[in-house]
Amino acid sequence: MAVTGAVMLLYLLVHMLGNLKIFYGRESFDEYAHWLRSIGVPALHGAWFLWLMRAVLTVAVVLHATSAYQLSRRDLKARPQKYSHRQRLEASYAVNTMRYGGIIIALFIIYHLLDFTALTLNRNGVEGAAYDNVVSSFSVWWVTLFYIIAMLALGLHIHHGFWSAARTLGVHSAAREKNLKIGATVLAVLIAAGFMVVPIAVLAGLVD
Amino acid sequence: MPETTSLGSGGSAYWTVGDDIADTAAPDGPIETRWDRRKFSAKLVNPANRRKHTVIVVGTGLAGGAAGATLAEQGYNVIQFCFQDSPRRAHSIAAQGGINAAKNYRNDGDSVYRLFYDTVKGGDFRARESNVYRLAQISTQIIDQCVAQGVPFAREYSGLLDTRSFGGVQVQRTFYARGQTGQQLLIGAYQALSRQIDAGAVEMHPRTEMLDLIVIDGRARGIVARDLVTGKITPYLADAVVLATGGYGNVFFLSTNAKGSNTTATWRAHRRGALFANPCYTQIHPTCIPRSGEYQGKLTLMSESLRNDGRIWVPKQKGDTRSPDQIPEAERDYYLERIYPAFGNLVPRDIASRAAKYQCDDGRGVGPGGLGVYLDFADAIKRMGEDKVREKYGNLFEMYERITGEDPYKVPMRIYPAVHYTMGGLWVDYDLQSSIPGLFVVGEANFSDHGANRLGASALMQGLADGYFVLPPMLGNYIASTKLGSVSLDDPAVTSVIGEVTGRLGRLLEINGDRTPDSFHRELGELIWDECGMGRTEAGLRKALARIPELREEFWRRVKVPGDSGELNQSLEKANRIADFLEFGELLCIDALHRAESCGGHFREESQTPDGEALRDDEHFAYAAAWEYTGGAPVLHREPLQFDYVHLAQRNYS
Amino acid sequence: MNLTLRIWRQRGPEDRGAMVTYELADVSPDMSFLEMLDVLNERLILEGEDPVAFDHDCREGICGMCGMVINGQAHGPRDRTTTCQLHMREFADGDVIDVEPWRAAAFPVMRDLVVDRSGFDRIIGSGGYISVVTGSAPEAHSTPVPKPIADAAFDNATCIGCGACVAACPNGSAMLFTSAKVTHLNLLPQGAPERESRVRDMVAQMDEEGFGGCTNTGECTVACPKGIPLTSIGNLNREYLRALTKR
Repeated sequence: MAVTGAVMLLYLLVHMLGNLKIFYGRESFDEYAHWLRSIGVPALHGAWFLWLMRAVLTVAVVLHATSAYQLSRRDLKARPQKYSHRQRLEASYAVNTMRYGGIIIALFIIYHLLDFTALTLNRNGVEGAAYDNVVSSFSVWWVTLFYIIAMLALGLHIHHGFWSAARTLGVHSAAREKNLKIGATVLAVLIAAGFMVVPIAVLAGLVD
Repeated sequence: MPETTSLGSGGSAYWTVGDDIADTAAPDGPIETRWDRRKFSAKLVNPANRRKHTVIVVGTGLAGGAAGATLAEQGYNVIQFCFQDSPRRAHSIAAQGGINAAKNYRNDGDSVYRLFYDTVKGGDFRARESNVYRLAQISTQIIDQCVAQGVPFAREYSGLLDTRSFGGVQVQRTFYARGQTGQQLLIGAYQALSRQIDAGAVEMHPRTEMLDLIVIDGRARGIVARDLVTGKITPYLADAVVLATGGYGNVFFLSTNAKGSNTTATWRAHRRGALFANPCYTQIHPTCIPRSGEYQGKLTLMSESLRNDGRIWVPKQKGDTRSPDQIPEAERDYYLERIYPAFGNLVPRDIASRAAKYQCDDGRGVGPGGLGVYLDFADAIKRMGEDKVREKYGNLFEMYERITGEDPYKVPMRIYPAVHYTMGGLWVDYDLQSSIPGLFVVGEANFSDHGANRLGASALMQGLADGYFVLPPMLGNYIASTKLGSVSLDDPAVTSVIGEVTGRLGRLLEINGDRTPDSFHRELGELIWDECGMGRTEAGLRKALARIPELREEFWRRVKVPGDSGELNQSLEKANRIADFLEFGELLCIDALHRAESCGGHFREESQTPDGEALRDDEHFAYAAAWEYTGGAPVLHREPLQFDYVHLAQRNYS
Repeated sequence: MNLTLRIWRQRGPEDRGAMVTYELADVSPDMSFLEMLDVLNERLILEGEDPVAFDHDCREGICGMCGMVINGQAHGPRDRTTTCQLHMREFADGDVIDVEPWRAAAFPVMRDLVVDRSGFDRIIGSGGYISVVTGSAPEAHSTPVPKPIADAAFDNATCIGCGACVAACPNGSAMLFTSAKVTHLNLLPQGAPERESRVRDMVAQMDEEGFGGCTNTGECTVACPKGIPLTSIGNLNREYLRALTKR
């Protein structure tokens, strides 16, 4: 879980930064989208890099989800009977929403791919016109709302996931405890906010 | 009233006097080489043959855990028992202070000889010199063993082991692990034992309680035990039986012992023929948290180190109910500083305990029931500052606050003495073998090393010395030098013991009376505390001896034990243990009555110096009193003690 | 004070069990929680009912035998306190108090509040020791141990094996317990020769016992009466990964 999570986290960071290019205007953003499809050329052919990345991400998502499923099953089996007096939940909201948050994010990814990659659900749906595609989607209030909810879930997920992964990978220690906690918060806020800026800007008419 | 002859020399209606006995296992000659010579003269069991021999070990504290692990490692088949749910819970775990060893790491003049000397003197000259010398010799090996096991003793910045002084000795020979030394040593032994359990060398039976001993042809050959979960009664047979079942402090009901600690194993062995020695030697610790009410089930000890900086006082006026801060300095009696100006608040445990009792008996006690004295840190806080006090005693203050709800930084602590260790136990020879061949007794369960009083940080030392180092070679000697016939579960001796055990449990369940088991335990405890506690008198002991049989009779008529024997039944467990305390309590008082002298933990008010100090009577009582069970008046067998190295002298602390 | 107790009663491992309500009057705030149960049990015996079975022994917070979930919290509301050291002054007159056993598949209920924690013993037996033949130990001072290492080892060695961590963990995981022992022994130079096998075997045993996985919720360390920190779990993971690479 920790390793696949880390891979995805790295991807999200780059993805989020890339999204911000939208504020440089249509041309710049479309150019960027095009570039994504030709990274590594001429050493690599066409969109090879993109496909390679997609493959890695797919594997990461599948493994992440599989381990989540296995872990959940094991954990539910290890505690078959609940307390009749609800337990004190010392754990933060982020911890308690890992499972549901994960499901929300998974559903979102499917929608997101259909919207911007396959363009099946996109109202504009023009291949190569990334900027217009984005604007068309986020001009609809409920798409933006769904997007924002998913990003909040993502932030929470990262908040616990990052620091949990640090512990699983054994990089966590008493001395690093504070820094890791700060790191987890900063990453969570940065990524969630970074992603949310775009749809909000679209809805607010700052990007059109 | 039965007629008595002069106490100590003759008998009385309460006991008769039998032949003197001697410890024939101990070699004579120079004391320094006795243990080596004993080990050399001991017969050995070929390593390949050891697995053919089965040894039963009852108890998993320091002595039992260490013994089980070591015997299994040497190749014996070990079957081990504890009544708790895990061997890690034995009450050795609660020892706070530390463990003594004559390492002389401080270069402060310590030596094996000095530890030996301190222990004999501290025991008020009622221990065997041979045993004590061996204990001091082995002490250094124990530290090596425990460090290698990963016991995290306190260390200096150099990375070397730290030591401190403890219990009124002038050298720093006590090794410690914060205030949890017993826990750390026990976990070490438990881990070693767990390794052997995992390897299949020890067959461990947790939640299983020994209820009787099986003796066949005069030799201990097994035990009958009850599975506390299913209630099943099962006999276990072996070539030898080791009892490591701790002391009998819970005869007082309120003590610092664990709630489950009991005397059933040792008492049952006594009834089967093992002599019980010196039961009247009980140690009372001065700095315990007083009881707060009738419901109280247990007392908690706080480290004696508190007396280093705290001042003990009571109001001068009787029945003064003002809160301590309302009592002006002039109306306080710092009685220890007044009576013992040289040692002040640091007088030995027994003296401090008794002095507190006298103040309370006199009506100057404080807190609920007037059973407490103040231990005041106000001066220490003024002198050192609250931070320094916190640094030194923070843990203890926190524990006190947790239990009493009072903040000792603001309100003086209240303390009262409580029973916490028993020096007496089953009689054993130098080989730790009881008077029943094949029955060995280790740790607090035996009587061997502390005489009439145990020094601080010596209990852990003795438990581990017995378990790791003394028992294994001596047990091997017994097995190698004894021709043991085979025994079967159909043996009439086995079936009759099972019958007795089952019958007794059945009777307990059938009575269906109107009093709870605990109510009897509480009443017995109060009686023994009053008449055979800190100060004992002939009249008081006779009163107790008249009352105990009545109470026992009432118990067997009125106790109510719900449930049945084929299930987890904690009331039944309790009742069965209390039944034995009701018999044992009588022997305790008889021993205290017969020993018409004061020594160590046994204070007879008739025998004191003009200053109120314990006055020994070496001419008549320089012996260990080993009692034989008869069903009626017990028979006293005296084992005279000889002091060739440490000269008899009276203690003096004023 | 007067209290309403709702206590889990279950006659044996096969029984279903249920919460049963008892009213208890005149409870003194100076009683410990277990003394309060003693008082209830004395009454139940005289009324001809079976008393509530619960594990306890030293009653000074060190043996690790007692433990119950009180109002949803392992060992009750006070931090760093075992049930035997919890006093009734933490509660108020008229309170309703729910008392339940440790709940985890690896800790089956035997009766009422008594559970079987023998899985912990088997985890220790699988590797939670340093193999040293009695009498073969070198001089204690032959290997100095830096004080910070010795102190950290001690902090982890204070675990009393009560099982509160498992009871509090929503996943019934024994990671905190196992990590405390691994950390204690693996930190010390004496523990180094068996460092890898120890952590591998203990983790394998932990899994075999049916404890859940760790999702780093942090519930365990809050419930722990000895304050074993979460960093011990990080250390266990580090030791485990290290052992895997050294296989």
